[in-house]
Parts: sequence; structure tokens; C-alpha cells
Amino acid sequence: MSDLNQEMADRYKNNFLKEIEEQAEMGEWVKMCMQCGLCSGSCPTNFHSGWDHPPQEIFMLIRAGKREEVLNSQGMYMCTSCYNCYVRCPRKVPVTHVMHGIAEYAYRIGRAPKAQPTMHLSKTFWTNATKTGRVNEVQLTQSLYFKEGIGAGIKKAMEMQSEALGLVKAGRLNPMEALGMGHKCKDIKGIHAMLAKAEELEARNKAAKGKE
Amino acid sequence: MARKEYAFYPGCSSQKGASASNYLVSVQSMCKTLDIKMTEIPDWNCCGASVSYAESGELPRIAMNARNFALAETNLPGQEIVATCAACWLGSRESKERLEHNSQLLADTQTALKEAGLQIKAIPEIRHMVEVLIEDLGYDELAKPVKKPLQGMKFAGYVGCQTNRPFGIAGESFENPMYLDKLIETVGGEAVKYDQKVTCCGGALAFSEPEKAQAQIKDIIESAYDNGAEMLVTPCPLCQANTEVYQGQINKKYGTKFNMPVLYYSQLMTLAYGGSSKEAGLNGNVIRASKLEQFAGK
Amino acid sequence: MAETKTAAYICKGCEIGTRLDTAALVKTATKSGKMNLVREHDFLCSADGVAMIQNDIDNEGVTHAALCACSRRAKTEAFNFPTIAMSRGNLREGVIWIRPDTEEARETTQEMAEDYVRMACAEVKAMTVPPGNQKTGSVKTLLVVGGGMSGMTSALEASKAGYKVVLVEKTGALGGWAGKLYRRVPTREPFKAPEDNGVADMVARIEADSNIKVYLNATVAKTDGAPGRFKVEIAVESGNVAQEDIGAIIQATGFSLYDANKLPEFGYGKTPNVVDQAGLEALAKAAAAEGKPICRPSDGQPVKSVVFVQCAGQRDASGTHLQYCSGFCCNTSIKQAMYFKDSNPDIDTAVLFTDLRTPGNGEDFYRAAQNKGVIFSKGVVSQVLPNGNGCTVKFKDLILNEDTQAEVDLVVLATGVVPNSGVNIDAAAAPAAAEAPAEGEAPKEVVASVPVESILNLTYRQGPDMPQFKHGFNDSHFICFPYETRRTGIYAAGPVRRPMDILQAQEDATGAAMKAIQAMENAGLGRAAHPRAGDLSFPTVRLEGCTQCKRCTVECPFGAIDEDEKRFPLFNESRCRRCGTCMGACPVRVISFENYSVNTVGSQIKAVDVPDEFSEKPRILILACENDAYPALDMAGMNRNEYDPFVRVIPVRCLGSVNTIWITDALNGGYDGVMLMGCKHGDEYQCHFVKGSELGRYRLSKVGDTLKGMNLETERVHDVEVAITDIATLPQKINDYAALIKSFPPSPFKGF
Repeated sequence: MSDLNQEMADRYKNNFLKEIEEQAEMGEWVKMCMQCGLCSGSCPTNFHSGWDHPPQEIFMLIRAGKREEVLNSQGMYMCTSCYNCYVRCPRKVPVTHVMHGIAEYAYRIGRAPKAQPTMHLSKTFWTNATKTGRVNEVQLTQSLYFKEGIGAGIKKAMEMQSEALGLVKAGRLNPMEALGMGHKCKDIKGIHAMLAKAEELEARNKAAKGKE
Repeated sequence: MARKEYAFYPGCSSQKGASASNYLVSVQSMCKTLDIKMTEIPDWNCCGASVSYAESGELPRIAMNARNFALAETNLPGQEIVATCAACWLGSRESKERLEHNSQLLADTQTALKEAGLQIKAIPEIRHMVEVLIEDLGYDELAKPVKKPLQGMKFAGYVGCQTNRPFGIAGESFENPMYLDKLIETVGGEAVKYDQKVTCCGGALAFSEPEKAQAQIKDIIESAYDNGAEMLVTPCPLCQANTEVYQGQINKKYGTKFNMPVLYYSQLMTLAYGGSSKEAGLNGNVIRASKLEQFAGK
Repeated sequence: MAETKTAAYICKGCEIGTRLDTAALVKTATKSGKMNLVREHDFLCSADGVAMIQNDIDNEGVTHAALCACSRRAKTEAFNFPTIAMSRGNLREGVIWIRPDTEEARETTQEMAEDYVRMACAEVKAMTVPPGNQKTGSVKTLLVVGGGMSGMTSALEASKAGYKVVLVEKTGALGGWAGKLYRRVPTREPFKAPEDNGVADMVARIEADSNIKVYLNATVAKTDGAPGRFKVEIAVESGNVAQEDIGAIIQATGFSLYDANKLPEFGYGKTPNVVDQAGLEALAKAAAAEGKPICRPSDGQPVKSVVFVQCAGQRDASGTHLQYCSGFCCNTSIKQAMYFKDSNPDIDTAVLFTDLRTPGNGEDFYRAAQNKGVIFSKGVVSQVLPNGNGCTVKFKDLILNEDTQAEVDLVVLATGVVPNSGVNIDAAAAPAAAEAPAEGEAPKEVVASVPVESILNLTYRQGPDMPQFKHGFNDSHFICFPYETRRTGIYAAGPVRRPMDILQAQEDATGAAMKAIQAMENAGLGRAAHPRAGDLSFPTVRLEGCTQCKRCTVECPFGAIDEDEKRFPLFNESRCRRCGTCMGACPVRVISFENYSVNTVGSQIKAVDVPDEFSEKPRILILACENDAYPALDMAGMNRNEYDPFVRVIPVRCLGSVNTIWITDALNGGYDGVMLMGCKHGDEYQCHFVKGSELGRYRLSKVGDTLKGMNLETERVHDVEVAITDIATLPQKINDYAALIKSFPPSPFKGF
């Protein structure tokens, strides 16, 4: 368990709702849920197996102070960002953003489930996009396929071979990008400096919360 | 001078050699016919897309978008930003909204931007290409240049998520938006009714949780077939890629025989305006739209 | 009065003249109708037509007129001749508008019209002009029983309208439930915080109001009389009795909280740290008075955590507790939760609910509480156990579907309401009905535990209080006329008639005050109150024929009939709603109204020409309730929805007024069938006279034996439930019934 996790648990003692309100992006909306369940019913992935808590339950768990159950949950990572819950919520709770916010918080304090594939994609995407300022689709795909090691990656790549080939033939996949020949921003340096500052400010803001 | 000018934010997927490069080709052809001038924002960067939520945090993500705003404002003053990609449009609009309603966030963003030598004064309006078409021009104007109506062809207008929610096109409902059907009809095609118009294609989960995403894609394609559609039409690059590229995998897994071309609205418009297969980017379709290729060749 | 002179007027307007042979109608009125004077007019409701009638009244001495034109519900302003007896023959909505304009239909349509002319002539000859009873009282003082929010509102509103008010309050102070509140649920934008309970301001206004006389520590010992002339005895603290002359009464006696002692599973009575909503208000008031936070009753320490248990002993499907919702206590719990959060945001405040019901602007209030950090959880509490100076609340979390528990300092139970509606007079009259339910029946609800003492102490024959409806609430016409009770001139206002919050109760009290004022004014003029407002007729009884069977005194839905010292029925006109239920009930037919009697209807039945059994022209009598069925038939006509030409419709005041003699007379007279149209009865009754249609139907359920005795098919008498909206379906029902009747052989009684 990471130190940040313990630090936060100590800082907020038993008040997990407050912890989420202050530390998770859009967490202040959790208390406004009225438990109607429209979000869960509207979620396109809700009928699939393998996920424990739909949004309505995540909200309830937070209010019931069930920190471990929420931080261990796969629920938030099932979000496809379709915004169905967001537009349908009768209380105008931005459910999509709250799910993202809780996932980000869990990740930040080192509590995101190990090998959560969408979590991995999220990280990889951001790293990829901010490296040059623009997404390198080939490298993105590679790093996703090879996350479970080279063998698994080759297997997966072979499975997807015909799809990839189709894209190459259609001029929509440039193999040269694999070698870093893809698109990039000119002012990469400026972007990196900007992001470093943004990260610093965000960390400072979050750290300031929850302390008397 | 063109009748309309905009600051263009093409986004990562629309670049040359990227997954939605044919979208860009057809948009350029369409805009040429409609006399719309789109000037690329110099040195624009990725919007972060919604899936980057976990690593990015709020402020870095907003800063990325703010950088685009500052570049547009500095280099193309007074022009509204137009995005063709649903995720770019959503990420930018969301950032604009938060910056305009949260002074602390704005101040922090300015501090970060300063590191890149930039500053925001006023944030331009963020428009989707479709908004430009139906709001700034209107269906009547869009119909005028039609030389070859797509008569007798049946399309399932697949609106998907992020061009529809949470912002959507003004005046449209989230549950049954009609603009894509109207665009199809404007160029002479027939828009079939089916019940998966705004179903999610799985988005980024097509990469991370392919079984889940493919189950959704299967429902969409199946419903389009069941209701007599020959092709799918969409305004979103990720919708296009997901619904097109995985049909083979779905066939393997479910024993289906899907082979439905998935087009962009801009491809239909280019063809109806008399453009060639190449101008419409038909060569960029993995599942070839042979009916349209023949049509263009006529 | 001068001698009788009858007249019939045949209108030719609205295509009556082109669709019908009006010259033949004139002949019918003259020969069959035997009218002294018969006139045609092209446009009878025009100024000229009206002047013609008025001239006949003034100069020809016409005392009885049959106007054969449109429905009795149309043109009532033009055809307003209060000095004469008048009937209406419905040739427009009742004949030409419901028949096709075809050659083959012409004959039967004309026959229909001629029958309606005959019926109008026969009816009017059986009528006299109601003189109105000027002996009913003219007192214009309103008695309000109950000094809570509802009662104070009624008193102030009546006073504002210029009426004197006597306000009787059982306790030593005005204010009722609201007076016990530390704060009330907000009534104004932005609905975000509790506000002052408003009682002090209202009490001050009442004290300053010279129209309002207040009795505190007082109860109503006796209520005698009728609207406009009530004699009320008020028992005051000293043991003395004050006398007041009263015109109308509002009962605003409110509710009591359901007794939390019946909820031992929730720890009430086992620890002082479990309170009901009144208990929490008392704690909050005491804390505010001392300038302290709300404290735990067990040890006086400030409360750091509190749980509100919603639906405690209410909305209970098991039959153990109250079945219904209080209508306000979700908002009250939200308000009470704010008492804690507003004073200290760190107090853990949770509301356990199954459905949160926040009427009015409560949704904003609910959101405000969420914003303040009140936690709302879907959960069902199974048990509250005392635990040192706190409580353990065991509950099932309905979202997470798990049994869980919470340790808190204080538990507040939202226990629901029991109306203070007085004695259940129906149960008192029929104690057998209160026995255990038969097997298979739904379990009977546990009736309120509040000591049941009479509130009004009416001297009425039917009992000392107003009749009750479901769950002990006073009966009021909840679908159509929410202020109307079953005691004329006595109105129920506020939560005594159904669960409601303060704002709703105040609106209710205002409405009741207006109705009470109307009742007093009508009583002073000898006129009926709703729904026959303005009717001057009243029931008279031919006592020499009365057998003292008591049917009328028992059945009157409004308790209008007492018994005199010789046990004959004693009518109290201003209590009467003129429904005619007594007339329908009377087996010896000695009760009648001047303009509505066994004879006015009976003579119409006899006036219809019944063709012989070989004509293939059956006759079907329809007795249609004038409140719903008859307007529905008129509207069917307006929509040109056609129906069978062999029916003859007679409007009745209520199904309850239908005397079985009309049915046996019709069948004996050769009619082939009788159709009865009345309002829905039962738990969702729509009858304007509440019980009228039910009583009528009960009476008519016995007709089957009569039919068997006459060797007739029992289907020949058919009862249909009709709502005023059945405009399209009613003609179909008539046609279906007519087809059934045509499938039977003709009545064997034709020609006798």
C-alpha cells in the first residue's frame, strides 16, 4: 500500500465522503445522488460480467464510508465515456466525470486495481499524447498489446493482423510511426514545461485540502 | 474570400496516415464545394480525450486544451474553432466551460500556459463541423450543390455518443437526434429507422475490453442490417473505426457475416456534390463501399 | 294562486323545424299532452321567443310550461321563469342530434320527439313551483373547531370576508402541531432552510381581530340544529357551558402522531435517545432556549450523530401499523436534519428511507439538505437497540443489498399521522362489522389508538360526528369536491380529512371557509347547497301515510333527517342536498319535492306511447343521473354520436332517488327494458351525493326477484356505471343493450 494512500486515510479518518469530495475531481457531487439508479440502468457496459458496482452503488458505498470497497472496485473503469448517465441524471450529477474523478484518485494514491486494462490504456494514452503533443497511434497500440509481455503481445498482434493490414492498406495506419516518425508538435519543450507546472499546481491544491 | 472562415482543429486521428485520415480528405473536399475556409491552428496539440482521465488529472488536461485556445486566438484572431472529431470537440468545450466558470482553475491554467509562453484572453467558441453545416449554412444551403443525389441508397445514421452527449447539437434530443438522418436525406439518401442510433460503440474500451465493446458493436451493426441499411454513416472518428474495423473479429466470434461499410457524412456529401472516390476518401475505407465507388465512377 | 293554466312551446330552431314535423308535435301537445295553450316558435331562446313566453305568463295566466326545444342543461339563462313550473322536452340533444338525417330514420325520430313532447307535458303538470323555505335560520357566524394552522387560517379568512367567527381550541394555546415546531419547512424561495413556524404572527392577528372570538381550553359539548341555525354549547375550563348561535362549522381538528410505543422494535420507550418527530422538535426548542446544541436525552451530551428512520409504523403492508403515508414527514425529517447540520456541519446526520416523498417545493429543500451534507440512504430499519448512551440501528441497505448497522447518539422516528376525526359513527352503528376479517380477506387495519371522544357532539339521528372514509379520515368528496363532507354546512379542513402538510392545510382551510360562507348564505335564503346550489325545493312528507320504517332517516347520505318525539321523520331543510335518496327509499312513496316526485317521473313513464308487440318497436326506459350520465348523453348529441331510437331518457337527481315503483310501472306498462345510469360508487366514488348511487344500486339489486315474479328476463333491468367523460362509449353501451333487448321476445305486458 502506498504511503499516499495511508496518508489520505489518516487525514480523513473515517470520513471517506469528505475525502472523495475534496480529492476526487467532481467528488463534491456524490452527496447529491438521490439513488434512483438511472445511471446504472443507462450504462452500456452494465450488462457485462466482471464488474462489481455500477455508479449508483459507488455513490452509496462512498456515503456509507466503504473506502476499501470503493478503491478496490472495477466499476469506475468500465466507463466508456458515452455520457448516457450524465445527460439522464435527474439531479444533473455529472456521473461520467465523477466516475473518472474517483478512478483518477484511486490511481493517484496507488490503489487502482493491478492490471486494470482500461486504467492501463488511460495511462498509456496520456503518456503517448503528451510525449510529442500528439497521439502516435502505432506506438499506442504496441504498448497496449505488449503490456502483458512480448509473447502475449505478439499473439494479440497476430490476432489483429488482418485488421491492422486493412488499415495499412487503407492508408490509415502508418507503420513508420512505430519508429517515432509520426506527427509531433513543434514546441514539445513548451508543452512539457506547461504540463510540469500544471501537475505541480494540481498536487499543491490537492495537498492543501483536508488539513485544518 | 471564402464565405465562412474558421480555425481548424483536426485532431490526432485525422492526420495523414492516421485512423481517420479519410475523414479529413472528405471534409476538405466538402468544404471546398461549400466555400468554407478552414485554417489549421498552428502547432495544435492533443485534447487528451476522455480516456486519459486517470493519468492526466484535471489541470494538465485543461492546460492542453487551453494551449490550443491560446494558439488559435493568437494566430487566427476572431475565428471560431471547428473540430471534426467528437472527442476533440467535447474535450475543448468541456475545458472552455470549466475555465469560464472557475476562476481558480483559470488562474492556475494561465500560470501553466505561461511556461509555454502563452496566455488566454478570451476563449473562442468551439464548434463541431456538423454545427457549422446545419447552423451556419443550413440544410437548404447544403442541398444546393447536390449534383448526384444518392437515390435509392439506405443508410443507418449512427450518431453515437460524444457528438450527441453531453452537449449535442442544439435543438436535438439526446435519445433520438435527427440531424444525421436529415443530412442523409439532404444528399438524397434514405435514412433507415433503427434502435441503436445513439448506442455506445465501446469507445476506448475497444482497446482495453474488446469483448465488451464488440458486443455493443454487434448490436449496432445487427440492428442496421435488420432495418434494411446498406451502410452506416457517422460523424465520429472513433465510432467509425470501431464499427468498421472489428466486424471481422465479431464475425469470427459470433458467426455473423457482417460486411457493412461505415462512412462519414462528409464522404456522402462529397460524392453527392459530384466528387470522385478519391476526393471522398473512399480508398480509406477498410470495408470497401463498392456501391458508392461505382456510384462515383458513373 | 290563480288556477292552473298549462302551455307547451315547440321550438323550430337549430334544425328542429326541418328535421321534425313540428305541426304534428303541436298536435301531440294539444291532444295527448292536453295543454291549454300550444305555440310554435322559429327561435324560442331568442329575445322574441322569451318575450312570447313571458307575455303568456303575464297576460294569459300560464302557470305551467313545457318547453320543447333543447336539453334542460342548455339555454338556462334565457329560459329562466322562476314564477312558473317548467319542464323541458329535449328535442335537440336528445333526438335530432343523436339520430341520422335519413329517410328511413325519419319515422322513428319523429316518434321519439313526440314522446318527449308528451313526457314534458306530463311532467310539468305533476310539478308545482317550489316556494322556498324561509324558516331556515339566518345566523352568519362561523364556528371553527381546532386552533391549529388550519383552524386559524379558516378563522382569519372568514373574518377577512366579513364574517364573525367563534374559534374553539381544546388546549390552552392556539397553534396546534405547528406551534410545537422549532422551525417549519420553508414556504418561500429559495426553499433551502427551515423558517419560523409562523404561529406567533397568526395568533397576534387573531387576537387583534374583533370578528374572532376565541375559546381556549374548550370543547364542543353539543351541536344542535342545521346550517343557519346551529345551537352550539361550548364547554369551557371552569365547567361552565357557553351558548353560541352558529351558521356553519369547520372542523379543523388535525391529527395526532402515531403512537411510537407501538414500535418497540425501534427502541422507543427503551431508551430516551429514541424520539418521534414531536420529541425532536421539543429537544430542538429546549436547546435553542438554552442556547445549546441539541443534546442526548440520556446524558445531556451534545448529539454527534443522528439517524432519521422514515416510514416508522406507516406505509405498512403487513396490517400491523398504518397503511398510509403522512404526506409531510419526509420534509420534516429533512428539516430536522438541518437543525443539526446548520448548527454543526460535523454532526453525522443520516436519513434512512425507502422512497423520499417531498411534495410542493420539497425537492429543492431535499437538494439543499444534500448540499449541507445530510446523508440519504435507501434502507429499511429492522431494529434499534439501546447501547449505552447511544443506539445501534440495524438496517438493510437496499442499494448494496446487505444488512448493516450504525452506531448513533440519537434516533428520530417518523411515525405518521392519525386523524382526530372523532367517533366512527358507522362502526358504532354496526359493531358486528368490526369483527375479525374472514379468511382470505385483507387484514383489517389497526384503528387509531387516540382516545375516541366525539368532537362535534351532533344531536343528529345518524351520530355525533361526521362520517369517516378510509383510515378514519373524515369523508370528503376527494375526487370532485374536496371540501364537501357528508354533513351539510360542516366542512372538514386540513389533515383531519387527508394527510397533508402546513401549506396544503392552509389552502384547504381557505377553501373550506369559502364553502362555509356559501352554506350560511344559502341557508339564509332557503336554498340548497352544492351540488344543486340554488334549488328552492325541499322534501315534504305526507305523514299520514308514513309507516315509520326509518328507511329515509337511515339512508339520507347527509344526516338531514332526524326523528320527532312521535318517531316520524323530521326533515331539516338546510341540511338537505335535495338528492332525493329519501324519496327513492320510501316504500310507501310519501316523500316528494315540489318539482321532483314519484309522480313527475311516473307520469312521464306513462306518457310514452308503447307500440304493440307486433310493431317491432321496443321501448327502453333510461333513468339517467343528471350529474354525469345526462350531460354525457347531451355531449354525445353535440358530437353527433348516434344511438338507438327506441330509448326514452328521463333524468333523475341521483340513482339514489330512483324508486323501484318506476321500474315495475315501466315493465307493467309494456316497456321491454329499463337501463339505469349512475355514478361510480365504492372506495373511489364519484357520486355527487357520495352515497346516493351506492344506496340506489343496493335497492335495485332486489329488483331481480320482482322480474322473476313477472316471468321476465332479469337482464331487462340493466345498471351501467357512467362518468361524465363517457361521451363516446355511452351510445355504444345503449346500442348494445338495445340489441340485447331486441333479442328477447317483446314484453308480454304490452297493451294492458
